[in-house]
Formats: sequence, C-alpha cells, structure tokens
Amino acid sequence: MREILLIKDGEIALKGLNKSTFENILVKNIRRRIEDLGKVTIQKAQSTIYVKPAADDYDADEALERLKKVFGIAALSKARMTEKRFDKIAEGAVEYLSDLLPLVHTFKVEAKRADKSFPMTSPELCAQLGGILLSRFHNLKVNVQNPDVIVTVEIRDFGAYIHAKKHEGAGGMPIGSSGKALLLISGGIDSPVAGYMMAKRGIEVSAVHFISPPYTSDRALQKVENLCEKMCEYMGRIPLYIVPFTEIQEEIRKNCPEELFTLIMRRMMMKIALRLAKENGMQALITGESVGQVASQTIGALACTDAVCDMPVFRPLIGMDKNEIIEVSRKIDTFETSIQPYEDCCTVFTPKHPKTRPQLSQILEAEALYDFEPLLERAVEGIRLKRIDMNR
Amino acid sequence: MEWNGLTESYLDYSATTPVCAAAAEACLDAMNRDFGNPSSLYRLGMEAENIVSAARRTLAKALGCEEQSLFFTGSATESNNIAIFGSLAANPRKGKRIITTMVEHAAVLGPFAELQKRGYETVFLAPDETGSYRAEQFFDAVDDRTALISVMLVNNEVGTRYPVEEIIRAVRRKNPDTLIHIDAVQGAFKLPFSIRTAAPDLLSVSGHKLYAPKGVGALYIRKGVKVSPLLFGGGQEKGIRPGTESVPLIAAFAAAVNWYLPQQKELLSRFEALQGELFRRLEEIPEVSVNSPAGGVPYITNFSVKGIRSEIMLHFLESRGVFVSSGSACAKGAKSHVLDALGLSDARADTALRVSFGAYTEREDIARLADGLREGLSSLIRTN
Repeated sequence: MREILLIKDGEIALKGLNKSTFENILVKNIRRRIEDLGKVTIQKAQSTIYVKPAADDYDADEALERLKKVFGIAALSKARMTEKRFDKIAEGAVEYLSDLLPLVHTFKVEAKRADKSFPMTSPELCAQLGGILLSRFHNLKVNVQNPDVIVTVEIRDFGAYIHAKKHEGAGGMPIGSSGKALLLISGGIDSPVAGYMMAKRGIEVSAVHFISPPYTSDRALQKVENLCEKMCEYMGRIPLYIVPFTEIQEEIRKNCPEELFTLIMRRMMMKIALRLAKENGMQALITGESVGQVASQTIGALACTDAVCDMPVFRPLIGMDKNEIIEVSRKIDTFETSIQPYEDCCTVFTPKHPKTRPQLSQILEAEALYDFEPLLERAVEGIRLKRIDMNR
Repeated sequence: MEWNGLTESYLDYSATTPVCAAAAEACLDAMNRDFGNPSSLYRLGMEAENIVSAARRTLAKALGCEEQSLFFTGSATESNNIAIFGSLAANPRKGKRIITTMVEHAAVLGPFAELQKRGYETVFLAPDETGSYRAEQFFDAVDDRTALISVMLVNNEVGTRYPVEEIIRAVRRKNPDTLIHIDAVQGAFKLPFSIRTAAPDLLSVSGHKLYAPKGVGALYIRKGVKVSPLLFGGGQEKGIRPGTESVPLIAAFAAAVNWYLPQQKELLSRFEALQGELFRRLEEIPEVSVNSPAGGVPYITNFSVKGIRSEIMLHFLESRGVFVSSGSACAKGAKSHVLDALGLSDARADTALRVSFGAYTEREDIARLADGLREGLSSLIRTN
C-alpha cells in the first residue's frame, strides 16, 4: 500500500474530440517535471490522471509541490490506494489519516463509486467508514455542512483511493498545447509575470534578453538567468537568447534625437526579436507592457513599436495596475529577484524628456538618419543561447 | 615582491585582498594537521588552543596591546557590533547619547541607526572643510551623558586618516567616562599605529583586508571596560564571542600579520610612489578630478571621471582587465554617503571610482588603469 497522486484535469476536461491530445501533452509535462524523483506509472481515466510511484520510499510530497505548478491541472491530492474491499478500505483510511484526523474537530466522508460493481452503495460506504473513523478518533464529530476535513473514497477501475486534502492546481492549459512564443525579458517585475500568464494559456515560452556591456553588468544578466530559473518551476525549461545590443544603443544615442531614444530602441529590440522568433518557429512575441506605465507604454508609443511587427504581440499585463502585477510576481516568487538594483538595457541612456505622443513619421525619419540594418544583422549573428533549467 | 598569480590588474585591495601564501599554508595546516577543537582535553585540542594563543600574541604585539584584551570574532562587522551594542548594554548608566561621524562604514552606521530606533540620541558629525575631523569637534559634541563615540582610523572610500589619537585625548578631557571605539579596519597593520599610544577602549580589525581569508576579525577591549556579549554559548573568547574558535582562519590571520608587518614600511613608501604615479597620470586626463582630500593614506585614492557613471566605467575597465570599485556599492544605490558628506555634487559622486593598492600592485597596473580611463572616455557614451 503506497501513496499515489490523483490529478484532476482543468479546462481540458471541457475539450471535445481533441481532448486526448491535450491530455497526452499534460501527461508528458507531468512526467518531465517529476522524472528525477523516481519511476512512476501514469494512467488516465475519467478526467483524472493517476501517478503511481514504483518505489515505496517515493517522495510524494516533493512531487505534489512540483505538480502544483504544472499548468492544466485544476486540483490534485495525495491518496492511499487499497484493494476494493471495505475492510481494506477502512484499515487503509485509519492508518493513512492517523496524522491528520487527531488534529481536526469535524469531518465527513464522501464516496464516489465509479465502479458500479462495488457491493456497497455510496451512502452505505460513507456511513460505515464514518462510523469506524468516529470510533477510532475520539476527538472527531461529524459535520456535513462545514467540516474541517472531507475524507473522500473513490472506487475506481484500478482500485480504491482514500484522500483527505485537496490542493489547488495551477490551472490553465498544458504548456505546449497552444504553440510557441518569445518573451522579451528585461529583468524588471513585469516581464516574468507576462511570461507566466502566457505559459498558463499553454504557450511554450522562450525568452530573449538584450545586454549592453559595459553599460550593463554581468550581474544584470545573472539576474535575468535567476528569473528564468524561477519561471522554470512553472514552465519547465526555458531557452534564453542573449542579444549583444551595445553597438545599436550607442548609435541610436549618437545619431537620433534624444527624446525618441527609448522608442527607437524598443523598435530595434522588436525587430531583432521578430527575426529570432521566425528563425525558431515561434508565432508571437510577449512583452510585459501595461498602458501608461512609462513613456514608451502610452497608446501612441505602443502603436509605434507595433508598426515593426508582423506577428501578434501578446501583452497580458496591458490593463493591470502595478500592484496587481506585483501580487502575481510575489506568487511566482520572482519579485525579490526583480527588484535587485542592477541597471538593465532599458534604463541605460534614458532620455530626460521622452516623447509621450510620438508620430510614426518622426520616428521613421529619425531612423533613416543612420543605416541600422548591418547592426541588426550583427546583433542577430551574435546571439547566444543559454538553456535555463530548474535549479534543483 | 611575492607573485600571487594574478594576471589582471586588481586595484581594489580595500574591498578585499587575495590570501597570501603564508596565510593559506597556515590555514591548510590548521584544517588538516591541527584540526582539533581547542576546548578538547587531549593533545590535538591543546595544539589547536596553542595556535589560537600564538595568534592572539601575534596580533596583540602588532597592535600594541595585551593579548588578554584581544578577542577573535567572525568579522569586523561583528567586532563593531559587539563593541557598540555590547559596551552600551554593559554600561547603561553612562548616558543615552552616542556620537560618530557621517563617513563611517555601514558596520558602524548600521548599529547607530538601530540604536537611534531604540531611543538613543545619535549624533553624526560632519567633516570639516579639509574633509577630515578636528579633535575640538568631538570635544564640543561630547557631554556628560555621552556613553560612546565611534570613529574610524582610515576612511574606506577616500583614504583620509583621521586624527584619532587627538580625538581620543579630547574626549577623555571632556568626559573620562565616555567609551571610545575605533574602527581600524582600513588602517591597522598597514600604518604605524599603536593601541598603547592612542589608548581607545575598543578597536576593531579585519582579516580579509590583510591577506587572510574572509570570516575572521578581532576586537580589542581595554582591560576594565565592561562589554556584554551578543551571543551566548560555550564561553569561548571569555564569553565575549562564544562559538568554537575558527582555528584555521585565526591561524591565517596571524600568519598574514607576520608576513605583512615586516614589509609595512617598505610597502608604504611603495604606495606613495605608486600614488604619485597615479596622480601624475590622472592629471593628464582633463575629465578626471580627485575626490580624496589631501594627506590621506597612499593606498586609497578616490576620483571622478566626468560624464561617465561609475558602474559603466567600472565595467569598461573590467573588460580591460582592471578592477576598481565604484563610489557606492550598488548600481542604482543611493549616492555615496561619504562623498555626500564631503560636499561633492551628485554629478561628481555618481562618477566616482575608488582605486586601492596592495602588496602585489605594480606600476604597470597604474598604466593599464590610465590607458583604460582614456579609452573609456573616448569610446563610451557620456550620460552624466
């Protein structure tokens, strides 16, 4: 008798004929996220995925913590598996719940009888198991309306499962079920949150970061790598593309009007990101922009940046307040890293009075003052790829 | 001069130093051969204890104090904290006013800020127009309720050597009960200085500024001065700093002192020559202005490079194999409190660099630095 993990599908349970495609992706993601913890078998039945460890000393608690961060899962719990016989179920429940039940006051038993050949009805099973638990744990009282603990017994095809604590899953869609996109990551608070939100919709996210040594330091890059590492807990592996950007920034600064510096820089970043995305089969860009947050994020400024893009740019934070963004960044544990004070490529050379209502024509004129094309090519050629994985 | 294998120009000895061969060897021996716990009764323990005792004698002799008054700690920050919090806790009747300077290291300013929260009246004296302090400033500030003053021997950012001997005499004249702590981290062992002559009550030193590893410091407590410990445990270091003695680091600290002290005079005159060379080269660069007040120690020099923010020039120099430090510790961090106290403009403070020399510094390092500065000035975009 050992502990297994019961995983409830989220949104994909509502899918139609292609449901099994989504489920297969989810199973693959689950397998990958816990593969180093030991051998498991994974079975699917009725919108539930069963993860059964091969070894008795399997670290089910660690697996549970990791799977809480896998998108596509609505809820999950650890469970004890027993034979489908009432005496075994009762014995298993008493033993399995002996840590939990002495600490609570009220409980109720729920039964789900998917295997209709089981000789007891659900109400009979609830009543009898409830009676046994009451006789063994004298602190307990039954409370059907609002119990501290709901003990659930599921009679399934493979066996009976007993569990008492349901954990909320990460929700969303399994990563890989909605295509690939490229996240522009600066090192601030917003971009990791934007990446997280799109990954939650099933997108496989890669990241691109621009470095401008010596104006930016190795620590700024290290910070971005650390952020990606944190995001890996939700996203699995993240390919991080590092773009050498110094030359382009210097030439914009030397050749274009100062007030347009940030916008032209962002357009150059977009151009490079687009080329990178197309070369690597990604179908969209993701940014952490939010309307009105800074001068380069006014509607007019966003229109100027978008003018270079011929693929969708996802901006999941567009209507969020800073506080709301910070709340998510705390939840995914990127906040503390994000606020480390290393200068990044976006803040180097920031103009004192940036244009907030730019005209695209002005920008095109300014960009025509210098031939940036060879620089863009050189930057793309100089891109380094670093595969970021979870830091275990 | 001993060669330590560095091929790059490390010019940040005031941040930390490489470990000298003698210290590394002493450390290794104490980890391998003499690994015993000094409190153990058998021979191995006794040998470890002997190493600690010998190290205490070495440091005491170098600092000019009795060995019974010297206590090993985990760092100079710890020494400062024990000195400040511990002496106030043990002497509650001395008063609630404590005085320091605006240019201290964070390891003194931090405890003072905390004590301010706990209800102490804290005074932070501003430097005079020469960038230093006069004994009268302390004489005037100390009153009959002043429990403690804390002054550094040498400023870590600009290299000014403060007249602590005169300050101590002036404070004693005004209020003989006021306790006096000296943070000697940047000056001890490197300059001729004697506890016996200066006669402070408390004094902190660090190992890793003197070619010993990080993780060891020492605190001098004058005989008769009461100090309460901050930690409680097995009673090591007479209960002032309990915890099993770090024999390897303590052995290394002493070995480093034994290695450095005989060279002190020679190194000081080398540093003077090197600083002269540095000043000559900096003078040739019109964008550079020196921030260190005149008359400081020859091994710390602070200057600003007009138009280029500290971190940018620092990383540019790094790419040329030259390591210096920026005025302030972090990129977007507040402007250096020391340069601010010296009355420097934001533009000067934001572009400040600190160069500090050590035993392995050569003339070529200075040439590389100067070349790097020129190159940076001609190629970097000026943002300040």
